[in-house]
Amino acid sequence: MSNLATLSSSMLYTAFAFYSLATVMFGVTIKDKNQQKKKGRTGTVAITLTIIGLSAQLIYFITRWIAGGHAPVGNMFEFMTFLGMSIVLAFIIIYFIYRFDILGLFALPIALIIIAYASMFPTDLSPLVPSLQSPWLYIHVTTVSLSQGILGISFVAGLIYLIKQIDQKKRSKKNMWLELIMFFLVACIGFILSTITFNLLDYHVTFEYPLGDRIVTVEYNLPAIAGPQDGELITEGAKDALFEAPSWLQGRNAAQKFNTLIWSFTTGFILYGLLRLIFRKRIGAAIQPLLKNIKPNLVDEITYRAVAIGFPLFTLGGLIFASIWAQIAWDRFWGWDPKEVWALITWFFYAAFLHLRLSRGWHGEKSAWLAVGGFAIIMFNLIVVNLVIAGLHSYA
Amino acid sequence: MKKIKCECGHVNPEGTVLCEACGKPIEENQHIDGNDKTKLINMRYDGSARRSLTYNRSIIDKIWSFFSSVKVGVWLIVIALVASALGTIFPQEIYIPIDAVSRDPAIYYEDQFGVFGKIYYQLGFYDLYSSWWYMLLISLIGISLVICSIDRVVPLHRALKMQKPRRHETFINRQRLYSESPNISDEEKQQVVNNLKKLRYKVRSEEGHILAEKGRFSRWGPYVNHIGLIIILIAALLRMTPWLYLDDYVWVREGQQVVIPGTDNKYYIKNKEFILEKYDEDDKRFQDAIDRVGGEVHKNYQTNVIIYKNVDATIPGAEPKLEKVLEDKVWMNHPLKFDGYTLYQSGYQQNEFSNMSFKIYETNDSDQKALETFTIDLTSPETEYEFESGFRVVIDKYYPDYVLDKGEPRSETKFPRNPAFVIFVYPPNTESPEISFIGIGKNIDATGENKFKLGIVDFETHFVSGMTLRQDYTLPLFGLGALVFMIGVVQGMYWQHRRIWIHPNGRSILLAAHTNKNWFGVNKDIEKAILGTNIQMVVDQQEVEGYEKTKEVHNE
Repeated sequence: MSNLATLSSSMLYTAFAFYSLATVMFGVTIKDKNQQKKKGRTGTVAITLTIIGLSAQLIYFITRWIAGGHAPVGNMFEFMTFLGMSIVLAFIIIYFIYRFDILGLFALPIALIIIAYASMFPTDLSPLVPSLQSPWLYIHVTTVSLSQGILGISFVAGLIYLIKQIDQKKRSKKNMWLELIMFFLVACIGFILSTITFNLLDYHVTFEYPLGDRIVTVEYNLPAIAGPQDGELITEGAKDALFEAPSWLQGRNAAQKFNTLIWSFTTGFILYGLLRLIFRKRIGAAIQPLLKNIKPNLVDEITYRAVAIGFPLFTLGGLIFASIWAQIAWDRFWGWDPKEVWALITWFFYAAFLHLRLSRGWHGEKSAWLAVGGFAIIMFNLIVVNLVIAGLHSYA
Repeated sequence: MKKIKCECGHVNPEGTVLCEACGKPIEENQHIDGNDKTKLINMRYDGSARRSLTYNRSIIDKIWSFFSSVKVGVWLIVIALVASALGTIFPQEIYIPIDAVSRDPAIYYEDQFGVFGKIYYQLGFYDLYSSWWYMLLISLIGISLVICSIDRVVPLHRALKMQKPRRHETFINRQRLYSESPNISDEEKQQVVNNLKKLRYKVRSEEGHILAEKGRFSRWGPYVNHIGLIIILIAALLRMTPWLYLDDYVWVREGQQVVIPGTDNKYYIKNKEFILEKYDEDDKRFQDAIDRVGGEVHKNYQTNVIIYKNVDATIPGAEPKLEKVLEDKVWMNHPLKFDGYTLYQSGYQQNEFSNMSFKIYETNDSDQKALETFTIDLTSPETEYEFESGFRVVIDKYYPDYVLDKGEPRSETKFPRNPAFVIFVYPPNTESPEISFIGIGKNIDATGENKFKLGIVDFETHFVSGMTLRQDYTLPLFGLGALVFMIGVVQGMYWQHRRIWIHPNGRSILLAAHTNKNWFGVNKDIEKAILGTNIQMVVDQQEVEGYEKTKEVHNE
């Protein structure tokens, strides 16, 4: 790896560290507010750290661009890190409009999870295949990503609203759903932790399995709980899979992805269980007291405003620029490829959101649920559609 | 039509909720917007009369009311959303992989996905996006768009054009942002007006009543973007007609010149050269990534082509008279345009056979010395080859792309990808042939008694370039629709219509404000405007109302 590439990856670590520090500082602002200090200095320190982090990540982005000869938005690692960066950027913009400290306490961890998640994919510089060699790659991907960053902020604000407003005194459907969201976030951390652990242990086993009329191999970097169907372990001395992945999982490496999913959920469950043991209450209930001084109306406003800013950008990047590029590269601007369909679904969803906002009954809590749902669709399109539903966009 | 005259003297159309001129709630119509149950008035469309809420007698009224409802529109969007998602559960028919067991949907889905696949196929979801009901759904959304927009834009336009700075007091004190300040001097009032002007508000006054307004044009955003969407839907409709849209595909091998399908024999394409480039396996930058995928990453594939035009195409059957139009290269992301057509590099076939050379030798000759050799041109094979030595070879059967299908030999495609032959060899001075079956890796003597054998000496391969030809006159219309949509959506989302009313009431001042979105922003504007005066900051009456409501709940 060249010096530039090394510099680039250390800059990403630097950004990660600064975002983490900033998160802690945004946490401290709550204490400040409780002591009735208006506009504490902690908030300024926290946002400064965030901006330094973003600058470091920008250096990562630019140096990687120079080292690789193309904008680093060409594979899953590069795209997801860029999304993390977009969320931070969107957060900074929204912060300077509303000066709302607690947003950072939630937005930055989400960005951190996304960047860490990105790093679980192969991070080496990769060449661009012919279909991606176009300036539209940068134009389309960066606009989409920025819009998703802003829509991500609406998710964060929605989440804050829900944690603040949902009654945690007794178990209800609502706080169960909220716990489910918390569990998903914990499961993401579970995925990251288990991957890092076995990476450090340098764990890998190889399986051979039939795919169509060929025999292919697949490498597992996590111990195989679910092995490939009719697969055979080749690595000597390794432990064989506990069971075979179900046959309806299609496509190359499907079993391996399924195995990773099992690991994420298992570690997620353990982590979640530990958290519950420590707090002795639902995670939502544990966080709720931190939010007692915020104004729900302001949070609702941010949820809506973020969608209002993000929706036009998403239309531009995710549908219009995407169509122009598809017309140039694939001779049709729209081909009902799963990724395209899910972009349309995202667009439908936020269009419905904006129309529902017209009626009074959909402000507040319902809007917050919708903002969470919208971001869930975005993540589904990014991760599940790329990795599970095969299509033209499966670059990772 | 029943008109309603307000006490301010303005005559409102039937169904008006708030007087178009002064904003006073019109007693008998308050139920329409639900104002009778709330403290604040519903400011949507400024309380102007809407056809859908006013008339409900004839069948047309009912249909109009149905489609003008945003609720119905949202339901249609949600149904379209769910339907679209259904289509991604399994691949659509066009995306059935080439290496699938069968590309026939009747077989593929059940084979791949079992009973769910079978149901998916039977429900017609394999071609969901061109099904009649999906198109119907999209058209219903289109109708809803049109009717919703007309139902609102006309009255809204009237109301916004008509509004006077002087508003009725109930209109002012039932706004969400409201304050009352006693003993305000005219200087202070003037200061607020000046501040508002500095904030780029348009200020109008009428007998001391002031209306400061900003960003009114953003109110038309939704209607503009709906027009954009309608243009896109019209473009999609036009695209289904054959004369605005052409889509064809041609395979052309290296060196070959063929007529381009879909151009009425007017255009010919020659594939001068096909180039396939891979990334250098030793490229230091990408070393790890290339190693990970096994050393094969494509860098470029392109066809160098010559396009000819047949200037004599009008005479059927005549020898084409070709004139060169252009000579250029076509590669991924760089289609070639000529005379309104666009040519795309879409795919390629590697290693198609162009010719094969055979030799004849004696079966029991261990050196396999060639007695005769001949070459078969696989694109246009001759049927018979005669040699001076007296040998005669007849090509009995030719399978360009040989497969054994249930014990029967047949050709999968007409392209020479896996050529195989049944060849009759007539040794000198014989009338009965020796029969051989020969192909790549196959050499079968049908009877086992052949004295002479065939062997493959050599073969040549070539690339075949797959190119798509498009002619699409609807593209500019789609582009226009997209542009109009973007203008409308930005106009509506990035600007807001803010209004601030200053209502003198004796010595005191009533201050009220409304915005269609971004209440935080209008609050900040008011803070700046009243700075240095004794005017009270507005209170968010909705928050107060909400707070009181929650208090009630807790007290219960």
